Amino acid sequence: MPDENQKVYLFDKPKNVSRLLNGFYVICILLVIADFILHRHIGFTWEKIPAFYAVYGFTACVVLVVIAKWMRKIVMRKENYYDE
Amino acid sequence: MSELAPFVLYFIAALLVAVTHGTLRQFILLVTPVITGLHLWLNVDVGVFVTHPVMSYELTVMRTDKLSILFAYLFCIASFIGAIFSLHVNDTKQHVAGLMYAGSALGAVFAGDLITLFIFWELLAISSVFLIWARGTERAFKAGMRYLVFQVLSGVLLLAGALVYFHDTGSLAFNHIGLGSTAGWLIFIAFGIKSAFPFLHSWLTDGYPEATVTGTVFLSAFTTKVAVYALARGFAGEEILVYIGVTMACFPIFYAVIENDLRKVLAYSLINQVGFMVTGIGIGTALALNGAVAHAFSDVIFKGLLFMSMGAVLYRAGNINGSDLGGLYKTMPKTTVLCIVGALSISAFPLFSGFISKSMVMTALMHEDYGYLWLLMLFASAGVFHHAGIKIPYFAFFAHDSGIRTQEAPTNMLIAMTIAAVLCIFIGTQPQYLYALLPWEVDYWPYDTTHVLAQLQLLFFSALAFVWLNKKCLYPPELPSINLDVEWFYRKLLPAGAQRGVTFLYNTKESAVAMVMAPAQRARVIFSKSPVAKYHLAESWPTGSMVFWISIILTAYLLLDIFG
Repeated sequence: MPDENQKVYLFDKPKNVSRLLNGFYVICILLVIADFILHRHIGFTWEKIPAFYAVYGFTACVVLVVIAKWMRKIVMRKENYYDE
Repeated sequence: MSELAPFVLYFIAALLVAVTHGTLRQFILLVTPVITGLHLWLNVDVGVFVTHPVMSYELTVMRTDKLSILFAYLFCIASFIGAIFSLHVNDTKQHVAGLMYAGSALGAVFAGDLITLFIFWELLAISSVFLIWARGTERAFKAGMRYLVFQVLSGVLLLAGALVYFHDTGSLAFNHIGLGSTAGWLIFIAFGIKSAFPFLHSWLTDGYPEATVTGTVFLSAFTTKVAVYALARGFAGEEILVYIGVTMACFPIFYAVIENDLRKVLAYSLINQVGFMVTGIGIGTALALNGAVAHAFSDVIFKGLLFMSMGAVLYRAGNINGSDLGGLYKTMPKTTVLCIVGALSISAFPLFSGFISKSMVMTALMHEDYGYLWLLMLFASAGVFHHAGIKIPYFAFFAHDSGIRTQEAPTNMLIAMTIAAVLCIFIGTQPQYLYALLPWEVDYWPYDTTHVLAQLQLLFFSALAFVWLNKKCLYPPELPSINLDVEWFYRKLLPAGAQRGVTFLYNTKESAVAMVMAPAQRARVIFSKSPVAKYHLAESWPTGSMVFWISIILTAYLLLDIFG
């Protein structure tokens, strides 16, 4: 079908992508606000830090990606490395 | 009726599948797990004990308790979903292997002694390798061989351990073993290979991505879960397992972030999930053990779902490298949605199955006051969401449009994935049914404000990190590449070392021969110049004439012996 490639899908419109992202940002903000309203039980002392899980989740993923990128310098090889 | 071991039904079905084809074969494939499941549900109760005397040993082919029955249900569900997913396949070898493999897993969880366990342990290895070989490529054949070496090694260690254990204790019964003896360690390492302990894990990440589209779905369900079952029975509460488990949960996520083959990403995340189970077994409290077992249950279903969705992509697009995919949501919308359900489940999103099982292990870590390990496991949880929850669906179905326009997955695949997805949500929203099946008595409920809020914050901000890194172009792009792992030692270092060794030995031999031959040659030259060399006996003779004269002499001896 010639017009198959011209068909516009959901995320082809930048407006839809930014709508999705804005909704996502709003949820993130609400979750941090909820941390101050709702009562959390505390198991470890570090859980007392406000929005501990949010900060930890964000930091953990950034650290993960930074280390993984650095790992590429050491472990990455061509696809046919073992066939040579 | 309760004494009929469930594996028998699978082995009979494997025989029938080998000689039938078409609709009849499909019927057998679908009906076997259902009949076996009903048999377990209606006939088999806790406390069945069936032994058969073989030579001087009593082999226990059937020992049922809540732990073994739970795993048996799980394996029936997994093989039912796998059967639907592979219904379109017309390869006898794969169907027979699939049934033998699932049957062996059932045999292993009901084995009441170490020898019976060993037999099914080896059958698991042998039947499963055909699911890799069935791919038919040179790469798959070699990967299958390496996979088999690891699996057989595990079996050999188990057998050795069993014999030493029998020598020490006079019993072969498979109950708690512990690490107090040589036998204990041998069996521990045997179980460790099959559950992919760090440094013993490369058979998994090497073999699973090379298997067929449908084979990987079966592989992901059985081998490691049988090993988790065996660890839970034999080594519950061994503290070393906590450290091993945390390592297993943490190191694969780094590889998963930079891996290009999306099925290999899932193989790494499989190790990460088994890490949570192993940790739970190591903690050894009722809550932790229940958590480990419950997580095995959820994992088989959501990991199966993820492998199925990636299998469907491989089947339709002919490629599974993140660098070549993207934009597939346009043509495979149903697969996309089902994959996202699997991704949310593995990430332990509230209302999905991972949440209600992983939280038990995390809570148990907190109860036992493993503060730093708990932080590491929290890191691993965020990492899972990052690579399995976001990366898999994002790079396959969204990201940049690769221009691939294909079709939706075949109906049987969609049905299999839908069943798995419904189960993920059912277990996640109605955990009481799974909790009722758990072996130990525990009063636990995952849904409270603290827990849900904490988990949502963790996951949403992990996702925020992904969005931010992508916007800043800091996220490592998918590149056509492979990454060195433990297998480098035996795929590169060892062969290169062996090559050097052979060359060295060859050179040594050459120079040694030259050293000996040179004086001999010189002596011969001197001899040929001497006057003695003219005589007939000093000449060199052809071998034929020597043989001839020797046979004359032997004949003469023979005649003398007969007539003398």
